[in-house]
Amino acid sequence: MVVGSLRRMDLSWSPTEVAFRNEARAWLAENVPSEKLPSGDTRDGFALHLKWEQRLFDARWSVVSWPEEYGGRNATLWEWLIFEEEYHRVGAPQRVTQNGIFLLAPTLFEFGTQEQRDRYLQPMASGLETWCQGWSEPDAGSDLAGIRSTAVRDDAAAGWRLSGQKTWTTRGAFCTHMFGLFRSDPAAERHAGLTYFLVPLNTPGVTVRGFGRLDGDEGFAEVFLDDVFVDDAMVLGEVNAGWKVAMATTGSERGLTLRSPGRFMATADRLVRLYRDIGARASDPALRHAVVQAVIDVEAYRLQTLATVTAIGDGDNPGATSSLTKVFWSELDVRMHDTALALLGTAAELEDNGWMKDFQFALSGPIYAGTNEVQRNVIAERVLGMPRR
Amino acid sequence: MRFAFTTDQLALRDAVREMLAKECPPSEVRSAWANANGRTASAWDALTGMGVLDALVPEAAGGLGLNMLDLVLVCEEVGRVALPEPFVEHALVAAAVVGSGHGSMSALVGPAALGVYADSVDAVLVEDDDRLLLVAREGLVLERQSSVDHTRHLFTVDWSSAEATTEVGGPQECADAFDRAALGNAAVLVGLAQHLLDVTVDYAATRNQFGVPIGSFQALKHKLADVRIALEFARPLVYRAAHSVSIDDIDRSVHVSMCAAQAADAASLAARHALQCHGAIGYSDESDLHMWMKRVWALQRAYGDPAWHRERVARAILDED
Ligand SMILES: Cc1cc2nc3c(=O)[nH]c(=O)nc-3n(C[C@H](O)[C@H](O)[C@H](O)COP(=O)(O)OP(=O)(O)OC[C@H]3O[C@@H](n4cnc5c(N)ncnc54)[C@H](O)[C@@H]3O)c2cc1C
Repeated sequence: MVVGSLRRMDLSWSPTEVAFRNEARAWLAENVPSEKLPSGDTRDGFALHLKWEQRLFDARWSVVSWPEEYGGRNATLWEWLIFEEEYHRVGAPQRVTQNGIFLLAPTLFEFGTQEQRDRYLQPMASGLETWCQGWSEPDAGSDLAGIRSTAVRDDAAAGWRLSGQKTWTTRGAFCTHMFGLFRSDPAAERHAGLTYFLVPLNTPGVTVRGFGRLDGDEGFAEVFLDDVFVDDAMVLGEVNAGWKVAMATTGSERGLTLRSPGRFMATADRLVRLYRDIGARASDPALRHAVVQAVIDVEAYRLQTLATVTAIGDGDNPGATSSLTKVFWSELDVRMHDTALALLGTAAELEDNGWMKDFQFALSGPIYAGTNEVQRNVIAERVLGMPRR
Repeated sequence: MRFAFTTDQLALRDAVREMLAKECPPSEVRSAWANANGRTASAWDALTGMGVLDALVPEAAGGLGLNMLDLVLVCEEVGRVALPEPFVEHALVAAAVVGSGHGSMSALVGPAALGVYADSVDAVLVEDDDRLLLVAREGLVLERQSSVDHTRHLFTVDWSSAEATTEVGGPQECADAFDRAALGNAAVLVGLAQHLLDVTVDYAATRNQFGVPIGSFQALKHKLADVRIALEFARPLVYRAAHSVSIDDIDRSVHVSMCAAQAADAASLAARHALQCHGAIGYSDESDLHMWMKRVWALQRAYGDPAWHRERVARAILDED
């Protein structure tokens, strides 16, 4: 909150925004499946989720903030936040298309060519093509710049030959496409020689092996690339500028877009309901205040997001502060699930109690999108300006 | 929707910041630790001169006619320099009720039991049985208590005669006065925490051990990152509560309690980590750090402790539908 203005603080929604919320709420009430879909991180569940994505797209709710020509509504960031609140409030299905829509698309809008946008955005929005994120490798996790998968120039064919291995690729076994980083200049310094590629997973030389996550779903995959040819049109951004292009997506992943407040508002609501049902019988009276603290923290995140969106509107760039946000929501999510399990007592171990599975997923929050240890390093060095090692 | 301050609000903050840098450097806080009334030599007069002490008083009554949203950043500045004055008690609580022209005032509202600087003000606003009473100096019966923060001259407050007291408000004024106090206190705590973080980041960059600045050690970085995170997610609650109070939002008390709990926890964390990152120099009373830490320890429970505030939120969101 640094940029001043003559306009006074106003925490109310405009009539247009209220109308937008009502329209979204009404559509979701009509259309959200009454039965919870099986997990989108399983093969069958993924297919069912894609049907849902198609329905969202047909009604132009899958990418509300995108331009209309790609299936969006040109919604403002405010409207997008409202949509997210409504979406999670009714417990609508998980977005199996999220890594494309929330991580790749912002990059395509910023760095893509017109041809790339026209070719990829609409099928992404409808779920016809689904994208996984190919960054991590067995020896490059937090140290992402240490990736070894290579892109070798093939001048004769006007393209590149990709080889190596990606891993922890979310829903990689079910997706049709992958965006990823490859080492295109072996001589360059670590961050410098990387290029961002778009890779159809049906290209000859690609092998994908799905495997189980902590929660039992086959949500992870290893992607092996053996001399996979992609043409020049599959390079996103400049050759050897992949690091810069990739970092643009980390901002989306850590804050505003991938994990908007609506998601955690919905969890806090469920926690409050759980407390009302069984809190009086809970063995630990401190849980009452743990529930309240969760509500306060979620409210803090919602308000901090409103400040961020205001600042973006004023021309500010949130930059490294997305690391503050990422640590906060991921640890808040763990605390909320911890509290729920504590309220459940001996029933906490039951797999279908509505919390145990989500608890396990919540535990991944401090790991993915840059571990919280790495985020704390970023906060100390780039937000606080503390000395690097 | 717009969640940001206006240029005027920021300008007022900057003006107060500049003034306090001159009137209340750490040396002034240190003198207040030992002097007769625990207060500054001239900061009060400077605040009076700027009009901020009567900021909440309507313009027609000689004040600035501002609201809590205009003043919340000023409270942060008051905290940042650890101003030893009854700023919250006078400007946010008493003057907002009785207007200007009563000299300097302290206040004792809500679960708070002790009046700060009650011996060096002209009147004290007290809450008694859902009424607000203004007790003039001559009617006050005070007994000194000593605070861990020696600038805070604390007193149990009683009053001897009916002549010296005026009834100035009922139950709603009591509730609103308390909310303003708790909110102002939260903003002061945010300012204190910000200062503790700033000086600790600076210290960690200059102190060398093992041949490198201690600020390059990850164990310290992560502690201070946590303080920064705590502040990032306390401030918006404080600012929203200020907005709610300024527009008489029906949920303002809940919003105040949310921010009071969060700010107190953030400041408490800032004090703990600041000390640890300083090592023994932070443990010495020759360093200024202790004055800020002790202010935090005093204020973090001053107008309802975090558990009290959480319980107030709990009653609103868990017990009712
Ligand atoms: C559920 C889930 C989904 C994922 N989906 C994807 C995906 O779709 N695509 C993709 O590319 N990747 C994905 N990942 C991988 C994720 O990006 C990595 O897990 C993450 O970058 C951390 O790398 P790592 O697991 O190799 O851990 P490591 O880097 O080996 O870290 C292990 C531990 O060491 C700590 N550590 C490492 N370096 C430092 C340091 N400098 N300072 C302090 N501590 C440090 C870490 O914080 C961590 O606690 C996913 C991970 C999870 C859990």
